[in-house]
Amino acid sequence: MIDFTPDELSAIRLSLRVALAATIATLPIGLAVALLLARVEFWGKSLLTVLVHLPLVLPPVVTGYVLLLLFGRQGPIGAFLADHLGIVFAFRWTGAALACAVMGFPLMVRAIRLSIEMVDRRLETAAGTLGAHPLWVFATVTLPLILPGIVAGMILTFAKALGEFGATITFVSNIPGETQTLPVAIYTLTQIPGGDPAALRLTLVSVAISVVALLASELVARRILNRTVAL
Amino acid sequence: MTLEVAIRHRLGGFALDATFVSPDSLTALFGRSGAGKTSLINVIAGLIRPDFGRIVIDGQVLVDTERGVDVPRHRRRIGYVFQEGRLFPHLSVRHNLGYGRWFTPVGERYASFDAVVDLLGIAGLLDRRPHLLSGGERQRVAIGRALLASPKLLLMDEPLASLDEGRKQEILPYIERLRDELKLPIVYVSHAHAEVTRLTATLVVLSDGKVAAVGSVGEVMGRLDLFPLTGRYEAGAVLEARVAGHDGAFGLTILDSAAGALRVPKVDLPLGTPVRVRIRARDVMLATKRPEGLSALNVLGGRIAELSRAEGPIVEARLDLNGQALLARITRKSVSDLGIGPGSPVFAVIKSIAFDHRSLGLQSASAEE
Repeated sequence: MIDFTPDELSAIRLSLRVALAATIATLPIGLAVALLLARVEFWGKSLLTVLVHLPLVLPPVVTGYVLLLLFGRQGPIGAFLADHLGIVFAFRWTGAALACAVMGFPLMVRAIRLSIEMVDRRLETAAGTLGAHPLWVFATVTLPLILPGIVAGMILTFAKALGEFGATITFVSNIPGETQTLPVAIYTLTQIPGGDPAALRLTLVSVAISVVALLASELVARRILNRTVAL
Repeated sequence: MTLEVAIRHRLGGFALDATFVSPDSLTALFGRSGAGKTSLINVIAGLIRPDFGRIVIDGQVLVDTERGVDVPRHRRRIGYVFQEGRLFPHLSVRHNLGYGRWFTPVGERYASFDAVVDLLGIAGLLDRRPHLLSGGERQRVAIGRALLASPKLLLMDEPLASLDEGRKQEILPYIERLRDELKLPIVYVSHAHAEVTRLTATLVVLSDGKVAAVGSVGEVMGRLDLFPLTGRYEAGAVLEARVAGHDGAFGLTILDSAAGALRVPKVDLPLGTPVRVRIRARDVMLATKRPEGLSALNVLGGRIAELSRAEGPIVEARLDLNGQALLARITRKSVSDLGIGPGSPVFAVIKSIAFDHRSLGLQSASAEE
């Protein structure tokens, strides 16, 4: 077995926590925005689409800097949240999760939106004639049918969060035990003399986590696909 | 059941303008594709909100645009069997069947799971997934799913259209059982003469979004002016008859109708059973004298009541056979050569007869049990 230093262990734990938190926090908003984009026509739809996809094309450093401006201790949103709700993002692990969530958001929305657009709406109509209120139709027909897309979106967001570097380091810096996630830790190790063996160990851990996550998603996706394959 | 429909609705360049009242348990909306049949039942089901009008079922107002009434589709309690089944792919047959039942208030559930499964013969399919069903099985499950929501009215949109002839024959008896055993009011959309003749009491003919005719199958099918709408090739008269006897030696059954006796290949029905026969206009020849030395078994005497005024080579004739209408499709040249016109006595030579059990027969049989 590989022996990890306490710093390395905390980086692994932190990375998993940040990725998980980012994925879970993104899910409801991602689902809502995906529904909005797939199903509703409204003024400013293209603008919202652009906004959602912006983190995908912007340099991550830019996204991180914008987050710092908005959610930093002095930023308009950051100051408000800190003063009224006691939520602080700046230089905390929650800030790392926020950065990862924003970076993963377009991937989540894309995956879910595509699966919503694939749903045969005539099935929803049929459910309506069988007495189901629109909310029940969503819960019992739409949701199960888009489950593969939701799972895919969550996996993508999780993977993106594990690898997020630029936005995280720009927004919440590089604080061991608080904001130093795996990629940031690896980067730091490569910058100090004699850090290479430790960097390699963490790299292997990164690969292992990614492989396990992908395998799990494959398994889940296959089970769901068997259940929901259309005619 | 009475179904009152009076609606106007624009769909792009298509205008739906339909008004009719059907007092019968099985109303058929009949017409060519594009006549507005599906749009009309979508309005009844609440899938389309009409621009103007009213829909009332047994006194319950579902839509009244003037008073701002529009019952949402999930509260209408109207079952809908779609052309393509639309079974939920993520649910087993059992859960598909139970879906609507779950949303039905407990006090209003009249359909029992076991009875419906039994009625439709789908007990062996319950644990399957919809994609493993054949077309006929899928359609039976779709009917079962609609029934188990205990609807007050069942809409069927060409439920047999996607099936081959064998599968159609497999489903039709089940639809008759819904009508006769459950006494469930049904609105049946079709463009197939055979189905409509077999199932229906009241026929609503739609053309270009408008109601062209409303009446009994016999009345409507016997009208020459509706030929272009009901489809020339398949058009024909519908006769009510009874089984009058069997001719064992030659394997024939004799049917008694108002127009006279008809001989058909033997059918296993008891004497007195009412049957409904359809005689296509293209299967009827006319003669001015009773023909001799002819292989056709059925020759009936009567008069010409009406000739269609057509420019083309073909003329349709409505005959009056002792009060019963019969249609014949002949050439304009024949009319001229035979010198016949309205009032001329003629003999109708019938080449073939299509027939089915009649609804009333099955109903009275089950009532006596």
